Amino acid sequence: MPNPPVPLSWYLILSAILFALGVAGFIFRRNIITVFMSIELMLNAVNLSFITFSYQFKQVDGHILSFFVMVVAAAEAAVGLAIILTVFKNRSTLMIDEVNSMKY
Amino acid sequence: MTALIFIIFAAIAVLCGINLVVQTHPIASALSLIGVMGSLAVLYLQLGGEFIAAAQVIVYAGAIMVLFIFVIMLLNAGAEAPTFQASRFVRYFGMILFFAFLVLISFIVLTMQSKSEGVIFGAFQGTTLDVGRKLFTAYLLPFEVTSVLILIALVGAIVLARKEV
Repeated sequence: MPNPPVPLSWYLILSAILFALGVAGFIFRRNIITVFMSIELMLNAVNLSFITFSYQFKQVDGHILSFFVMVVAAAEAAVGLAIILTVFKNRSTLMIDEVNSMKY
Repeated sequence: MTALIFIIFAAIAVLCGINLVVQTHPIASALSLIGVMGSLAVLYLQLGGEFIAAAQVIVYAGAIMVLFIFVIMLLNAGAEAPTFQASRFVRYFGMILFFAFLVLISFIVLTMQSKSEGVIFGAFQGTTLDVGRKLFTAYLLPFEVTSVLILIALVGAIVLARKEV
């Protein structure tokens, strides 16, 4: 069975596709929870780039960086979801268009 | 075999990512995000990141997504109402910018990595031993700062989500 190796650039392009999808979701979605999940998608895409470069240079530094990204994402998710809970308690809406009192 | 696994799981990741953006109900988006994270864990394993693959499944797909789904169920979040109607020009311009970004990034990557070697499974193993050794010597200070960050996030989440705010 032939075993063609996958070029490293494919991984980087996959990472770019996922990052662009995250940006699109961040801009187009109106639900604050979905916006938050798009941010997580972008963080995952960046992690894939870190692991790919880690493979290229044969160093584990990229693994450690993506580990730190995961830790920061966990902290960010905890605080962000608490903020979402507070916003929902005070305004009973999840649509970011309706949370606009600082605009006027 | 490596190429086959890459193509399968990259396709799953991209389809789940598109589904995340397209779906209007947050639960469907959350499930798609779990699909993305699971397939990315397989790709990490292929690139020799065994510790990160395990941490991806446990921390991301396990802990963070459970938190998300818990909040979605707690707030009883329904499908998104179509309140925002972008004009046709904005819609097409956004699509064009999206693909222009992808083409630009792909061009840069293919130019810079034109002679990059192929990924062979097992050629580089960033074992948990290596990761741990580096984490507790060269990266000791960032690791300790991380624990303070987690503590701050914990206290902040409790203060924000208290009853009497």
